[in-house]
Amino acid sequence: MTNIAITWRRIPERYCIIGSICKTCSTKYFPLRKFCPKCRRKGKMERYQFSPRGTIYSYTKVYAPPAGFELEAPYILAIVKLDEGPMLSAQIVNTQNVEIGDRVEMVFRVIKRDEPEGLIHYGYKFEKITD
Amino acid sequence: MRKVAIVGVGMTKFGEEWNRGFRDLILEAGIKALEDANLSGKEIDAIYCGTMAPGPLIGQEHAAALLADWMGLNPIPSTRVEAACASGGVALRQGYLAVASGLHDCVVVGGVEKMTDVPGPDVISTLGGAGDEEWELFFGATFPAIYALMAKRYMYEFNATEEQLAAVAVKNHKHGAKNKYAQFQKEIDIKTVLSSKVVAWPLKVFDCSPITDGAAAVVLMPLEKAKKIVEQPIEIVASAQASDTLALHDRESLTELKATKIAAKKAFEQAGLQPKDVDVAEVHDCFTIAEILAIEDIGFFEKGKGGTAAENSLTEIGGQIPINTSGGLKACGHPVGATGIKQAVEITWQLREQANSRQVKGAKIGLTHNVGGSGATCVIHIMKNPAKF
Ligand SMILES: [Zn+2]
Repeated sequence: MTNIAITWRRIPERYCIIGSICKTCSTKYFPLRKFCPKCRRKGKMERYQFSPRGTIYSYTKVYAPPAGFELEAPYILAIVKLDEGPMLSAQIVNTQNVEIGDRVEMVFRVIKRDEPEGLIHYGYKFEKITD
Repeated sequence: MRKVAIVGVGMTKFGEEWNRGFRDLILEAGIKALEDANLSGKEIDAIYCGTMAPGPLIGQEHAAALLADWMGLNPIPSTRVEAACASGGVALRQGYLAVASGLHDCVVVGGVEKMTDVPGPDVISTLGGAGDEEWELFFGATFPAIYALMAKRYMYEFNATEEQLAAVAVKNHKHGAKNKYAQFQKEIDIKTVLSSKVVAWPLKVFDCSPITDGAAAVVLMPLEKAKKIVEQPIEIVASAQASDTLALHDRESLTELKATKIAAKKAFEQAGLQPKDVDVAEVHDCFTIAEILAIEDIGFFEKGKGGTAAENSLTEIGGQIPINTSGGLKACGHPVGATGIKQAVEITWQLREQANSRQVKGAKIGLTHNVGGSGATCVIHIMKNPAKF
């Protein structure tokens, strides 16, 4: 059972793929960081809205799911490299087959439900596209 | 800094030890280590204990205090160390530093995990905590899934095969079959691995280390003192640790563990040795892919060649570099906090020529490699038997 504040704090990233850019070194980060690990105290972080598109860098199909994901298994979990640099972990939906290099785009979905009467958590998943 | 040696080692049988709890396990390992060193316990100045998650797994935190109490070692300082699956190895390094620095003259380092007192799914989510809860697990990642992401990318970059992954499990079961402390003492074949249930493709049940109860302990002293109390002190000639990103997706590469490469480089520099000098090694094979990456990142094999090394039996006892003679995490078992210490126990036995039917003949130099999470922590120790030089 998750406290509502944890979910609320992550809305910019999980709903909108908003991350950070360091104005000192131009590095883009996802999720949000308030401190640039490269520039440290010289860094100057601002919010950055990422483009929702990317490429599959690696993937797996999960047959033994963690609690809360039982109904979805088996599902594809991938590391997606966003077009603007950072990578993230997300499910790939509406397909049973993916390959490294496939183009994908972010979709807004239910991620999991805290049973029996807890929160419904939302966030990003990705779908294959052709572009 | 003083030279440091292992003077005593001990471990429990690893497995589903339903008859014994957390206290029984660590007590047994600690007593065995003290008996092995022929010490009464009065000599001990401090305790370090690696354990990852006694809170979620047995409802008990403050594990180091519990340990000192039950071992009858109050009031000496007792410190718990947590670094996920590298808790044991990092605890060993803390003990090493305490003796090397001159602060303590005799330290016991233990590692323990009691994992079968709660249902399997709870263990899985607890172990998941070694990854990034908010940005990996939240989205449906499990630990096998995170290593599967490495395996898939590795297969893509180096044309590695599922058979090569399976060869690691077959070899480690072969070694485990010779170890009376191992959870699984039964040989398996490639077919068993390939036809086992898929956990997170391409990893199957037999690519994964099991859920295990167990404990291990070592006693450390300055080498000069150690020589006076035991016949074969095992010198720790290097201790190195490195950190990397918590989440796998933040790494520059998925086909190497940078923390392993950095820790290995530092360790070999400290010891004035090279990978080819090592006679036997215990590496962190929480999944078969992890052993392949480890033997490359440590420098035993070139990048991309670890799979063929496993397939061609180069890592078996009698091969070019015997890896995981204990059976590794795969067959000996993986009681998370105990693993890093068990590795040191096995290498000590190997260097003392006490490893029975799994003895690597004439082993003089050994290495242990312990990883936390998907590689965010790595700790490496190199050991030698000075009596053989
Ligand atoms: Zn910066």
